[in-house]
Amino acid sequence: MTTRHHLPGFLTGDRGGLVLLTLVLGAALLVPAGNLLLAESHPLHVPTYLVGLLGKYLAFALLALAVDLIWGFAGILSLGHGAFFALGGYAMGMYLMRQIGARGVYGHPVLPDFMVFLDWQQLPWYWYGFDLFPVALLMVFLVPGALALVFGWFAFRSRVSGVYLSIITQAMTYALLLAFFRNDMGFGGNNGLTDFKDLLGFDLQADATRAALFSATALALAGGYLLCRFITASKLGRVLRAIRDAESRTRFLGYRVEHYKLFVFVVSAMLAGLAGALYVPQVGIINPGEFSPANSIEIIIWVAVGGRGTLFGAVLGALLVNYGKTWFTGALPEAWLYLLGGLFIGVTLFLPRGVVGLLVGRRRDLEGSP
Amino acid sequence: MTTAAHRPDDTILYLDAISVSFDGFKALDGLSFYVRRGELRAIIGPNGAGKTTMMDVVTGKTHPDIGQVIFADRVDLTRLDEARIANLGIGRKFQKPTVFETQTVFDNLELALAGDRGLWAALFFRLDPAQRQRIDQVLETVRLTDHRHRLAGHLSHGQKQWLEIGMLLMQNPQLLLVDEPVAGMTDEETQRTAQMLKEIARSRSVVVVEHDMAFVKSLDCRVTVLHEGAVLAEGSLATIQANERVIEVYLGR
Repeated sequence: MTTRHHLPGFLTGDRGGLVLLTLVLGAALLVPAGNLLLAESHPLHVPTYLVGLLGKYLAFALLALAVDLIWGFAGILSLGHGAFFALGGYAMGMYLMRQIGARGVYGHPVLPDFMVFLDWQQLPWYWYGFDLFPVALLMVFLVPGALALVFGWFAFRSRVSGVYLSIITQAMTYALLLAFFRNDMGFGGNNGLTDFKDLLGFDLQADATRAALFSATALALAGGYLLCRFITASKLGRVLRAIRDAESRTRFLGYRVEHYKLFVFVVSAMLAGLAGALYVPQVGIINPGEFSPANSIEIIIWVAVGGRGTLFGAVLGALLVNYGKTWFTGALPEAWLYLLGGLFIGVTLFLPRGVVGLLVGRRRDLEGSP
Repeated sequence: MTTAAHRPDDTILYLDAISVSFDGFKALDGLSFYVRRGELRAIIGPNGAGKTTMMDVVTGKTHPDIGQVIFADRVDLTRLDEARIANLGIGRKFQKPTVFETQTVFDNLELALAGDRGLWAALFFRLDPAQRQRIDQVLETVRLTDHRHRLAGHLSHGQKQWLEIGMLLMQNPQLLLVDEPVAGMTDEETQRTAQMLKEIARSRSVVVVEHDMAFVKSLDCRVTVLHEGAVLAEGSLATIQANERVIEVYLGR
């Protein structure tokens, strides 16, 4: 900890976060190195499938971070955050579809295969521009952000909160699920978008591309962490916690609660969108299933398991639960959903502050006593 | 009995014929009274007299069906929301102490500190020495200097009430509405609180809603009695206690 004095103010005292940042940035270098530089026979060689799997976990961790920002700090329990993730994913998917060009099964120079199959003659207007990476990248943030802005503006202005807000977020993602299932929406219907070939000209099947995607995800997670930490360590973060704990008191102090909620809700939706955009090229597909309400609930479980309101706890929870999922769905596939449900109940009852509460709980409880 | 019709020039708050009903029940029924600048005023009345509804109307939580609430002789508060009214200079203390329990005493006061309530101001906020001094001052006033780094949730009931009063002082309001500040306090805490409120009222107007007659007595101020959503009587505590109608509906024979 010799660098302590050079740390920006918002990182001091955040030991868990510093450990996390070190590990994530270390992984951003070491995982690609272990994959690309070490021979397959080397004991520390990282196989390509594992690079993709870890990249997926880190995208989920970024999503969990986005949820913790609103749930852990502002008390906004969104059960529809999977929707923002999926929208970011679709924006990236649309870019990847346009990159296929004439290499599709039907060989149409502009239209993606599913449009040719549906006998469409031209590209729908909302697909324009997605052949350009900067436009697609902008949309990764803009589309989830705009939805969150409109949705949040109505919800927070009408003072919808607590379980009612949770229910309408769930309804939102379900409505999007149904809409994206429809073929005439122009997003590939049931099958979604897949058969991607390359990104920025790099072959998505190449080891180097996959390693770069992993590193990009790790860097995005680190950046997302820094942003969330900057927000939550500022006075704005203390206002958010004030809203979480005593909303009307905060109003009577003169804070416009709805502006504060809307701000973090939009930031959170954009981070979720970015997570989705990083996820899609690594798993090679995006379909309406990502909008499923169950997915959104699962994110809540990650955050609850890790420890709500700590940021690094959310990341830890996402990694632990997803590792557990990978292992269990291999070993005992039927048991996983029961286990996940049991995990949520167990954590709620016995570990209200999650795994992080176990690790640092004693110290925190003592803080503040005379 | 004073009516609001001939109110003096130094009025800070003027309620003019306020009526509020909830599902047919008239919580306030043509309520009118005024409070002068720098005045300490006690409001008493039986349960359901409309005391809390009156505070809700003044602070923007409830919008009245008819009537006006004029603040500082110029603003009608009845169409504004809570945040706007708070920023005009009206502070409110709830009946149940509401402080931010997971934050320290110091942070609670810092959150209440008067200033820009905007998002960007909050995101890049830095406490300057003058503001730090102001917090220290208020900590002293509400006797919490030694507890500044404790979590507010760990304070005793009485200390939480004081912290909340301290937060109101940080807001630097012109008018303070205080709902039953001594409920659940020990006698000693009650006396201290009365002293605190009298001190505060030296530089601003304070309206206290209270049940505890001993406490009202120790405030030594003008008293307004509410009954069924309107003013029943107003005057010194002695006059009130001698008033036949007040005895009948409230004090009991």
